[in-house]
Amino acid sequence: MLEQLFPNVNWETMVEAAYQTIYMTSISTVVTFVLGLAIGIVLFLTSPNQVWASKIVNFLTSSIVNIFRSIPFIVLIILLIPVTKLLVGTIRGTNAALPALIIGAAPFYARMVLISLKEIDKGVIEAARSMGAKTSTIIFKVLIPESLPGLLSGITVTAVALVGYTAMAGIIGAGGLGNLAFIEGFQRSRDDVTLMATIIILIIVFIIQWIGDAITALVDKR
Amino acid sequence: MIQLNNITKVYKTKNGEFTAVNDVNLSINKGEIFGIIGYSGAGKSTMIRLLNGLEKPTTGSVIVNGEDIAVISGSKLRAARQKISMIFQHFNLLWSRTVEENIAFPLEIAGIPKGERAKRVDELIELVGLSGRGKAYPSQLSGGQKQRVGIARALANNPEVLLCDEATSALDPETTESILELLLDINKRLGLTIVLITHEMHVIRKICHRVAVMEAGKVVEQGAVLSVFQSPQAEITKKFVSQISDSNETKESIEQILSNYPTGKIVRLTFIGQKTEQPIMSQLIKQFNVEVNIVHGTISHTTSGPYGTLIVQIDGEKENVEAALNMLAQHEIQTEVIEHA
Repeated sequence: MLEQLFPNVNWETMVEAAYQTIYMTSISTVVTFVLGLAIGIVLFLTSPNQVWASKIVNFLTSSIVNIFRSIPFIVLIILLIPVTKLLVGTIRGTNAALPALIIGAAPFYARMVLISLKEIDKGVIEAARSMGAKTSTIIFKVLIPESLPGLLSGITVTAVALVGYTAMAGIIGAGGLGNLAFIEGFQRSRDDVTLMATIIILIIVFIIQWIGDAITALVDKR
Repeated sequence: MIQLNNITKVYKTKNGEFTAVNDVNLSINKGEIFGIIGYSGAGKSTMIRLLNGLEKPTTGSVIVNGEDIAVISGSKLRAARQKISMIFQHFNLLWSRTVEENIAFPLEIAGIPKGERAKRVDELIELVGLSGRGKAYPSQLSGGQKQRVGIARALANNPEVLLCDEATSALDPETTESILELLLDINKRLGLTIVLITHEMHVIRKICHRVAVMEAGKVVEQGAVLSVFQSPQAEITKKFVSQISDSNETKESIEQILSNYPTGKIVRLTFIGQKTEQPIMSQLIKQFNVEVNIVHGTISHTTSGPYGTLIVQIDGEKENVEAALNMLAQHEIQTEVIEHA
């Protein structure tokens, strides 16, 4: 029946494209989580009345975040070509898409991290300081665990956005479902290919959201 | 134990400078429960945070346990803080940790090995009366139970000083009583020095040995709780003392009696210690042939003995009333004739 409904779909390429999308999304999500968390914590701790309060560092970090957040992703990929070449050794293929995906998503996620951290009760941080906690203890034992539900739902939103970004990575030959839908489906007027690619993307997004929600609910003891 | 010398704390705000604490000198003895009372904005929150270096004074020195908290920083300050613990109005527990894990937190900070930590946590849970609740999360506890976790957490590293920041202000009266009992018990059993800030006089009455009254950044009065209750000097202290001895209803009834019986005298009598247990009123009536009408009476217990107030209307021949008042004064009972409610 599938053959009749989707006559032009080459299942082998479809599976390969799905694999590429999942590969790009998962690696970039993991790195974005770490990088965005680090930037978000710096933004938080350098804001006024915090332990590293520093107007200059806060302003600089915040500016960099805003600049990278405002560059359209498709432009970012092209702008980052020299960096990609340096980091990955090539400017084509699935791996070449990763630097752009990460640099595009990490500032976005850093903002969400900052919002979650700001929601932590100031009294809890004060209590930890009153017990003689070091800043590193406060980061790993107070800030991260206490904002974990927010951090996790933020990374879920970011991962879903990254699935969308991977479609654009097609312009540097990274492959993936979005690229397949555009090249094989839209440009060759094979609507069934576009539809199938969309359905698979939808399933991936649903699964990401479901896993994200489940883990968030599990860690939230408030 | 604690010595504050010429402490001033000035905050720079957008609208200029604000002096939160203004030239304060205090000394707190080892093993005592010292209360600081004041309305919000009086500077008491800043004061208590000076004692563990969460705030640094603009000038002056804060000697706790022989170290100047105002000067030390880094690892030295962190080590000192392990011996000066604190409990809070809103408990400030980590919601992501269970009761046990919350109590273990300061032990983790102090680098206590895991096995010892578990043993100590069990002792503390027992001490604050939370046996069986160790695996619960803070969101599953009542306010009073949360404060018990806060107290257990504060006691984990065997501190010398316990700072209480409005520790009972978010609790209902009954829970407040039980938390105060617990603090009193800890003070007696462990010989811990407790410094607390509050805006409620009954907290001072119930557990403090000495009290300092703060207004607009200054300490306007300080002394033993009983003597402050018996003869408050500053206007604000009188207000705080009347929180306990008079209610609004008393004021109304005094007003009414004053207008209904303009002849007699309304007198507030303050008794302390053994005087509260003597039959002075009946002596008064027999000896001087006066009418005594009781308007209001209370007896409160402080850590250093009972304290009572009685508001009475004394009526009769002018000389007799005068003589009765003299007799009261001879009995070392503080008398105050009230002319306006």
